[in-house]
Amino acid sequence: MSPNDIRTAFLEELVKVAPDIEPDTVGDDDHIQEDLELDSMDVLNLVTALHVRFGVDIPERDYPQIATPALAVTYLAKAG
Amino acid sequence: MPDEITKSDEERAGAAMPDFDEARLSFSWDDAATLVDGWPDGALNIGYEAVDRHVEQGHGDAVALHWIGKDDTRRQLTYADMAVLSSRFANVLKKHGLEPGDSLFALMGRVPELYAAAIGTLKAGMVFTPLFSAFGPEPIRTRMEIGNATVLLTTAALYKRKIAAWRDQISSLKLVLIAGNEAPDDCVALGPALDAASPEFETVHTRPEDRALIHFTSGTTGKPKGAVHVHQAVVYHAYSGRNALELTPGTIYWCTADPGWVTGTSYGIIAPLVNRVTMIVDEAEFDLDRWYETVQREKVEVWYSAPTAIRMMMRAGDAAAEPYVFSSLKFLASVGEPLNPEAVIWSHRVFGGPFHDNWWQTETGGIMIANTSAMDIRPGSMGKPLPGIEAGIVERENGSVRECESGEIGELALRPGWPSMMRTYLHEQARYDKCFVDDWYLSGDLAMKDKDGYYWFVGRADDLIKSSGHLIGPFEVESALIEHDAIAEAGVIGVPDETAGEIVKAYVVLNPGFEASEQLEREVRGHARKKLGPAVAPREIVFRKTLPKTRSGKIMRRLLKARELGLPEGDISTLETDET
Repeated sequence: MSPNDIRTAFLEELVKVAPDIEPDTVGDDDHIQEDLELDSMDVLNLVTALHVRFGVDIPERDYPQIATPALAVTYLAKAG
Repeated sequence: MPDEITKSDEERAGAAMPDFDEARLSFSWDDAATLVDGWPDGALNIGYEAVDRHVEQGHGDAVALHWIGKDDTRRQLTYADMAVLSSRFANVLKKHGLEPGDSLFALMGRVPELYAAAIGTLKAGMVFTPLFSAFGPEPIRTRMEIGNATVLLTTAALYKRKIAAWRDQISSLKLVLIAGNEAPDDCVALGPALDAASPEFETVHTRPEDRALIHFTSGTTGKPKGAVHVHQAVVYHAYSGRNALELTPGTIYWCTADPGWVTGTSYGIIAPLVNRVTMIVDEAEFDLDRWYETVQREKVEVWYSAPTAIRMMMRAGDAAAEPYVFSSLKFLASVGEPLNPEAVIWSHRVFGGPFHDNWWQTETGGIMIANTSAMDIRPGSMGKPLPGIEAGIVERENGSVRECESGEIGELALRPGWPSMMRTYLHEQARYDKCFVDDWYLSGDLAMKDKDGYYWFVGRADDLIKSSGHLIGPFEVESALIEHDAIAEAGVIGVPDETAGEIVKAYVVLNPGFEASEQLEREVRGHARKKLGPAVAPREIVFRKTLPKTRSGKIMRRLLKARELGLPEGDISTLETDET
């Protein structure tokens, strides 16, 4: 998958968890909790969704590495 | 799994209350009250007890607050700093013509100004109400309306996103303070206002029964309830902080709860300051390594957290905790919902001491039932009533109650009269009165007491949902859902979740012209999140053609839940229309 495809897929999973987010308005450096207002349960649900979509296990301590779309794209590209 | 974690003689001897049974026998409220000072004229003020008296008694240099910002900035406030900052805040309120009895609502993240504002508000004789900053506009507005908010303290971002659109409709609101140096035109920037204010303020001599705090809690039906607490509550904050949480002067203490909830105020601001501890405050949300690092680096001694976070740590496994040193920890406690036995055992192994579960509610104002430091603990149990507290398990019977035998499940009840008990529900005396039968306060929680006096939580007696330790009223969620054009009716229940305890699930019926679809499900969930915020909005929505209803048209949430869980449906004699 190209970084662009990963970004699109990440955003799709993100708005499934938090449909109050408009995907077009999300910036690459927006923090999913600070800026996009996900709570910790949302983050867990996002991790589960990313696992299903990308086949990647994201351990608790790696959560900071998916905290923004930009970070997540790098992380998921490496992991996948 | 071990039935009991026993404490050594050394552990018992080191506890604030080494002999629990003896402490129960010799307990008196007069003794408990010696933890606070009061004034010779009989006045009592939580703000003074928490901060200024320590400065007067020569402890101004002790650190009150050690703050860690999201970006790892540090700030330390000594008790002397806190006294000055809270006095400046009180002067800002006074300058704007506010008076004792006026009501300040705080809606902001965990920054030092919030703590000083809480103390300053109390010193000014005003009533402090914290709100959770992740609430959506709807719960914020409802609570400010019920509480006749006169002042709102918030941030520019929260104001713009959640308040500005309807601010003018809160007729009681006289002042909006915005943290930082800049503010929109119709608000006041707090930074310059504090700088301009005098650092001297004479604390208002409030009477012990004057209102101090209002905490909102959800109801099964109708609007949220504002539980009113008075200055006298400080006696119980001091006493329970000392004996249930081991808060002794100089202790390094980290309460992870947000002051937007009652735990974050009673035990995240008042009890620790009254006991002159050093509070660690982390502005950031839960992050595994950050938390472990904080405990290690700050040498946290007492750690008060919640099952959802503890289960997240447990899920990360022993290896994630391996690199850290937790030897500073002396006492760990947990509240919000029952802590499962596995998590108690796990924490004992990984941190060298178990999380001690305790139980209380917004209405009780402080910890009622606890596993204390000296007590052998039974994993899964909430412990025993603290000395001074008389608890029981009762069953309601024709307008009175019967006390249950040990081992029998009933409603957890308390004999009224402890200092931090709520004094009323704001504007709803009748709803308050309904909580008391035969001189018992009925908690709405089902529990049982074993033969040795340990209490065990069983569930809620009503339809309230406990998610991540927060009580959520189904009615508030249903009301927000039916504001969406597509939704005709909604029934909301809690379904079990291994991390959050319960999550909110909604059953909805669509208006004509709307078709159930994944797209619509997301749209409705997005709508609810915008209105209510992520903590309160449903995580799952399912579509139904009809909902089970009684003859009077009331949605039978109980039935939805029984079906969801595959439990017996119980008495369905009042069922008129069934679910399809």
